[in-house]
Amino acid sequence: MQSYRIRRINWTDLFMWLVGAALLALIIGGSYLTLQQGKYTAVQWFDLAVFGLAQGSVYALIALGYTLVYGILRMINFAHSEIFMGGAFIGYFAATSMQRSGFMEANPYLGIVIIFLVAMTTSVIIAVLLERIAYRPLRGAPRLVPLITAIGASYFLQYVFRGFFGTQNRAYPEIAVIKGTFPLFGDFQIQKIQVIVIIAAALMMAFLAVFVQYTKTGKAMRAVSEDKSVAALMGIDVDKIIVSTFVLGAALAGAAGVLYSFMFRIVTFYMGFIPGLKAFTAAVLGGIGNPPGAMLGGLFLGIFESLGPTLFLDGLGIPAPYQLKDVIAFTMLVMVLIFRPTGILGERLSKTKA
Amino acid sequence: MSILSIENIHTYYGNIHALKGISLHIEKGEIVTLIGGNGAGKTTTLRTISGLLKPREGTVKLNGEDLSKYKAHEIVYKGISMVPEGRGVFARLTVTENLEMGAYSRNDKGENSRNLERVFTLFPRLKERRTQVAGTLSGGEQQMLATGRALMASPNILLMDEPSMGLAPVLVELIFDTIQQINKEGTTVLLVEQNASMALGIANRGYVLQTGQIVLSDSAEALKSNPTVQKAYLGME
Repeated sequence: MQSYRIRRINWTDLFMWLVGAALLALIIGGSYLTLQQGKYTAVQWFDLAVFGLAQGSVYALIALGYTLVYGILRMINFAHSEIFMGGAFIGYFAATSMQRSGFMEANPYLGIVIIFLVAMTTSVIIAVLLERIAYRPLRGAPRLVPLITAIGASYFLQYVFRGFFGTQNRAYPEIAVIKGTFPLFGDFQIQKIQVIVIIAAALMMAFLAVFVQYTKTGKAMRAVSEDKSVAALMGIDVDKIIVSTFVLGAALAGAAGVLYSFMFRIVTFYMGFIPGLKAFTAAVLGGIGNPPGAMLGGLFLGIFESLGPTLFLDGLGIPAPYQLKDVIAFTMLVMVLIFRPTGILGERLSKTKA
Repeated sequence: MSILSIENIHTYYGNIHALKGISLHIEKGEIVTLIGGNGAGKTTTLRTISGLLKPREGTVKLNGEDLSKYKAHEIVYKGISMVPEGRGVFARLTVTENLEMGAYSRNDKGENSRNLERVFTLFPRLKERRTQVAGTLSGGEQQMLATGRALMASPNILLMDEPSMGLAPVLVELIFDTIQQINKEGTTVLLVEQNASMALGIANRGYVLQTGQIVLSDSAEALKSNPTVQKAYLGME
């Protein structure tokens, strides 16, 4: 017999709800003031929103890698940000060498495809080695152990790239066909690269959704994520499915690395850290372990982070609000963890474990 | 030659010595049951046969071939399927997807659709619910699904772990009738049960396990009339 327990409201809860309410009031009040002042035109809002959508698409692609691996191993692969960085980095070398040899100018579209292939292959190789060397031997160890290993692996990879390629920021070569803008109506226009990022990300996410839903391997992935030993009893090679999961996540991360460096045109050994953290935030926001959640979380975070600072803070007279975008993103992470730890589309943890 | 023979296996969970030298054999076409109380080692025996656990000593032989070099997922390809304890359906997959997972080891499309037809004939209820997510099924339906899923691999030997657990008596009858039918269609069955009277009712032979050892083995008829078994497992004084 289970007796009813009245949930006691304690001071901590009350305080947290007050903090939440204050933040909400700040957001609503700030937005109202900003819009009332009318400092920004519709075109500027539009630009911010499209930029947010593009950035959010990249977050979503990376977030899928976190969420897929979590779904199957119940482990946060903190080295995923370095899988992203590695792809972007080696993709950069492909881009510069093709640029120098003039190949890029002669066959720009083929060149872009090659950059993607190189980057995605690199990311996949890093991820497969990581799984084989660092994670597989620790399967069955307490959950904290692979987590610490993942953080260690993340630093290891960062410093390997730093050791080989130095600490400088490298400027990404300019690719002529993705420069410029598409005019829309009136003063509205949209940057080509942003269109490319959004469409490419959408296509890859659609591919992933179809793969997981309809292919034999995709269904086996879902089966393994529910119960590894029963999956083995079906004849599913669990290790192989886990590797496929890493491969899928890494391919998306490699592609995200290329899109990211097309957008920001800078490559360094620590470029994975912030986007990785943001993508992790997006994955938690959407409900970790849930791929549609990761997509939604990524897009939402990208737009929130792009529009948020200006919309919420400018009206309050805060100078240079855009500098605070990371503060806004991570405040949201903390708020989500406090008020809805399962994320937007997340299920209860107890149900996952049952 | 026995289709399945187990020779003197010792299986451990960490340091816990769960099976202390179990030997048993199953002939083609039989229903053999393992009965015994909680913690006697029934489930451990099945998990050792299916390869989820590796014995520290002893061998499991299928048609004379030692299975110890195979992993659990490879043993399915050898023709051994298991219906795990607690059914173990994939709750977020649909009924059809669960059955497809059962056929993961089989690539013959014709065979798979024949098996699917067979499962839907055995359990018409599953056909009605085929687009439903397995987590929304009742306990009995989940047991049907787990059984059907194991059949999708066209097994020669079916291992069943406590199929009656948590089911209403009428469903237990249905499941046991189905086991008999599956057996008549040519599948050898190793049945682990706490419900000893039901199990001995359909089995040819039985083994009684106690704390990791076989204490009795005989024909089902003889076990039913054995006073020790009657007292300990059939609830008769």
